[in-house]
Amino acid sequence: MAVLSTAASRSHRQAATRREWRRFVIGMLFVMPWLLGFIFWTAYPILASLYYSFTAYDVLNPPRFIGWANYVNLFQHDNLFQTVLGNTIYFVVVGVPAVLIISFLMANLLNKEMRFRALFRTAFFVPSIVPAVASAMVWLWMYNPNYGLIDNILATFNIPAVPWLSSLRLAKLSLIFINVWASGSAILIFLGALQDVPRSLYDAAVVDGANRWQRFWNVTVPMSSPAILFVAITSMIGTFQYFTLPWLLTQGGPDNATNLYAVYLYQNAFQFFKMGYASAMAWVLFVIIVVFTVLIFRTGGAKVYYGGQVD
Amino acid sequence: MPTSDHRRCQLVAIPTTVIWEERSVLARMATSYLSSRDLAHVGYPRVVQHQPSIRHNRRVKITGDPTGAHKRWLSRVALTALWWTLALLFVLPLLWMISTSVKNDAQVYHVPPVWLPWPVRPQNYLEALRVQPFGLFFLNSLQYSGAAVLGELVSCSLAAYGFSRLRWRGRDVLFALCLATMMLPDQVTMIPLFLIFRALGWINTYRPLIIPTFFGSGYFIFLLRQFFLTIPTEFSEAAHIDGATELRIFLDIVLPLAKPALAVLALFEFFFTWDNYLGPLIYLDSTHLYPVALGLQLMQSSFVEKLIWPYLMSATMVSIVPLIVLFLLTQRVFVQGIAISGLRG
Repeated sequence: MAVLSTAASRSHRQAATRREWRRFVIGMLFVMPWLLGFIFWTAYPILASLYYSFTAYDVLNPPRFIGWANYVNLFQHDNLFQTVLGNTIYFVVVGVPAVLIISFLMANLLNKEMRFRALFRTAFFVPSIVPAVASAMVWLWMYNPNYGLIDNILATFNIPAVPWLSSLRLAKLSLIFINVWASGSAILIFLGALQDVPRSLYDAAVVDGANRWQRFWNVTVPMSSPAILFVAITSMIGTFQYFTLPWLLTQGGPDNATNLYAVYLYQNAFQFFKMGYASAMAWVLFVIIVVFTVLIFRTGGAKVYYGGQVD
Repeated sequence: MPTSDHRRCQLVAIPTTVIWEERSVLARMATSYLSSRDLAHVGYPRVVQHQPSIRHNRRVKITGDPTGAHKRWLSRVALTALWWTLALLFVLPLLWMISTSVKNDAQVYHVPPVWLPWPVRPQNYLEALRVQPFGLFFLNSLQYSGAAVLGELVSCSLAAYGFSRLRWRGRDVLFALCLATMMLPDQVTMIPLFLIFRALGWINTYRPLIIPTFFGSGYFIFLLRQFFLTIPTEFSEAAHIDGATELRIFLDIVLPLAKPALAVLALFEFFFTWDNYLGPLIYLDSTHLYPVALGLQLMQSSFVEKLIWPYLMSATMVSIVPLIVLFLLTQRVFVQGIAISGLRG
């Protein structure tokens, strides 16, 4: 095919290419800090971590390639790992729904016209801005089996002290309770979602004769389902990486009942200096998180109603 | 980027809002975003266009609102009581902390619990600061948080500008990459990062905690980008015609308009770093470098014979106060933060 390009249009095209090139350079310059950071602090570490997970590496000696041994050990020879994994899944299966249900109900309570609403909202939110270490100290004192607030009140009524953090049965639940206490941000997210529910839907439901309970299940819950799904996924991910409170409050005890994934991973890496083993744990964690995310999307995601979505 | 605590479950639910929003962003990128210049596409797609089906229940009688006025009054009182009880329960641990921080020994170990100790012992605060150099920890934390806020502000606003207000080949691929980094648990990069910083000789300094903030983090870049997209392009086009460079437009037009978003970023980053425990735990050895988070734990473990609760509680109080004050002063910004990260559509 004959190309009918005149000199004018060629130079025009060249100018366009030059302009595009200029745009590219300027754009790259703006994102350069992030891009360099991505290469140094993310891309390389991902590759390195993958490599370390197939080695035995104690930091002092160079890494020694051992194939799949770390992964095999995790699942076949490390009983503690299985306990830890079980504990963590318990925290996800019990703790995440607890946070979801309680903070959703609280948000519904707060979504009514009332005096001092801002005050209540602040009261519910403040625990969640308390830094983790500070809340560990506060709860260490709250749960103190002799003079902590809870057991002190029990003692007032001559009820024997309950070892909240050192009892095999209660330690997990005591930690989960702290999570519920500090879930103010979830309440705030739900509150935002609830306030976006159009009033007209409730009015329509009332006209249709739906009672309060039916309005809750058929209007409130579906309309806030994206927020519920969102909080479910973020708190699931957060729980799998839960470190500071179990580390400070129980050190994984009693008898590893609160030894969680992130704690055991940290111990392997920075106390036992099993860097290869810990890297393998990190990758297993990544896979588990992906699997749980997909699971939540599959089971709950189908029921999620996105406003403006067209069937 | 070693945001070991950026996804910690406590504070973090608000910031990580993003992951939710992110889905729609990725979907948009795949479908309409590339081809469309329409700013409406850039806003949030949460406008209700049609109603979900409300299941009809024929058997329910239309009741109107037959409850008597006095019954309604009763339920109002019950609800108000419930609200006050719940609110009190939530702040109870903190009130208990404050109360303990000014107690003497006898009051601490008194059954039933003493809520309003008399006489009060405010000198606990001064004495606690002498058990460990808490003032130093406080300064360390301030410096660390300040530097990290500065780092994130500079790097993230630059990258967000490149990802939102400029059009260039490869931009969207890189931005998708930037979003993808948020999905990765920090544990995966934690060990190689430690080894890199060790090789650089940065262990026992704040460098591993501060320097990466000057390279931005996916979450904040996303946050700022969303905000930059809402600034009308007419402003920068006019400046272009006047011959302004991109850097000028960025500094003189976009940044001043983006102050609310920058405030949110600064606030969140301050909270994150003040709260960061794992990072300093990994990288800092010398106690004189400790931030408040490590200092508090050091304090707790340094009572050899008997833990003096009033001291520990007053130190805890001191470590929380900056955050509470900051929060109360900036509640509006917090709410804005939620709006920007896409929650309140």
